[in-house]
Amino acid sequence: MSKFKKKTSASQEIPTSALPDIIFMLLFFFMVTTVLRETDLLVLQRIPKAEQLSKLEKKSLVSYIYIGQPKETDRYGSEPKIQVNDVLIEPEGIVQFVNQEKDKLSEAERDQITMAMKVDKEAKMGIVSDVQQELRNANALKVLYTSVPEANVQM
Amino acid sequence: MARKKRNAGEVNAGSMADIAFLLLIFFLVTTTIASDKGLAIRLPPKQDPNEPPPEVKFNERNIFKVLLNSQDAMLVEGEPMDNTDQLKEKVKEFVLNYDRNPELSESPLDAVVSFKTDRGTGYEKFIEVYDELKGAYYEIYAAELGITAELVRNINDAEPSVQDRYDELRKKIPMQISIAEPSKTGGN
Repeated sequence: MSKFKKKTSASQEIPTSALPDIIFMLLFFFMVTTVLRETDLLVLQRIPKAEQLSKLEKKSLVSYIYIGQPKETDRYGSEPKIQVNDVLIEPEGIVQFVNQEKDKLSEAERDQITMAMKVDKEAKMGIVSDVQQELRNANALKVLYTSVPEANVQM
Repeated sequence: MARKKRNAGEVNAGSMADIAFLLLIFFLVTTTIASDKGLAIRLPPKQDPNEPPPEVKFNERNIFKVLLNSQDAMLVEGEPMDNTDQLKEKVKEFVLNYDRNPELSESPLDAVVSFKTDRGTGYEKFIEVYDELKGAYYEIYAAELGITAELVRNINDAEPSVQDRYDELRKKIPMQISIAEPSKTGGN
């Protein structure tokens, strides 16, 4: 009966020709959404660990202050320094920096500005509290000590 | 002479997917999604220089003192403490005393945890202790609400009913951790 053998014309293969396009789409998505760090860190950043973390709610309201020992010790010395936006500043410059940051925000959000302090483990409280005094002067009262979650042993 | 028709002009696109995959994986691996987490704190507003600082009337019993010196040694309620293991329990006991023990706080409303450092205190130690202090309060809230401390910290995405109860609770047991200005020892 081979005369009437049915030919199965449907091939059993999934067309994979669209696969590269899908992958490329994913790739472009990631390329577009990835935010590269726009500031060059001039100070060491070994972030301490903590458990009781809370998340930041709005990214646009956050400005960063980096504190730590300078990487180029021969140029800046080994005492911890404060970095904002690619430059090292003295504590006196904090108020100006905060005002710059506040100018970027709308009127309603000004007092909602949050300062994320990224402080190196080895830094001393002295410099941290100096910065805080300046933040009080600048009326930026919301502060977040950035820290990384530690492995939680107890449940 | 039947000539074979040759299919010319086609690029082999099969490996394109692999190349794209490689790129994709590279991006996936190297991307650090900036997730900012940390210990939130609200600084007290600036004092008006024309006004004298407010009179603070506190009973000694209502203040839970934690001191860190420039050697990173800790003094809790006048007693040295080597590590932070028992700190949480002590804070909880202090806050939830409700006038039982005359040494501890009168009520959670009056209870203040005072945390003072030196200028020479290491930041890491400061964070460790502050973390414990906050943790104690969060555990109190968690116990009251019957949920985990993890949930209390991310209460913003919880359901409204829990949120309301939490707000009520915060009124009854406010998180009063005062970070005093550091004394001028051992730092610059």
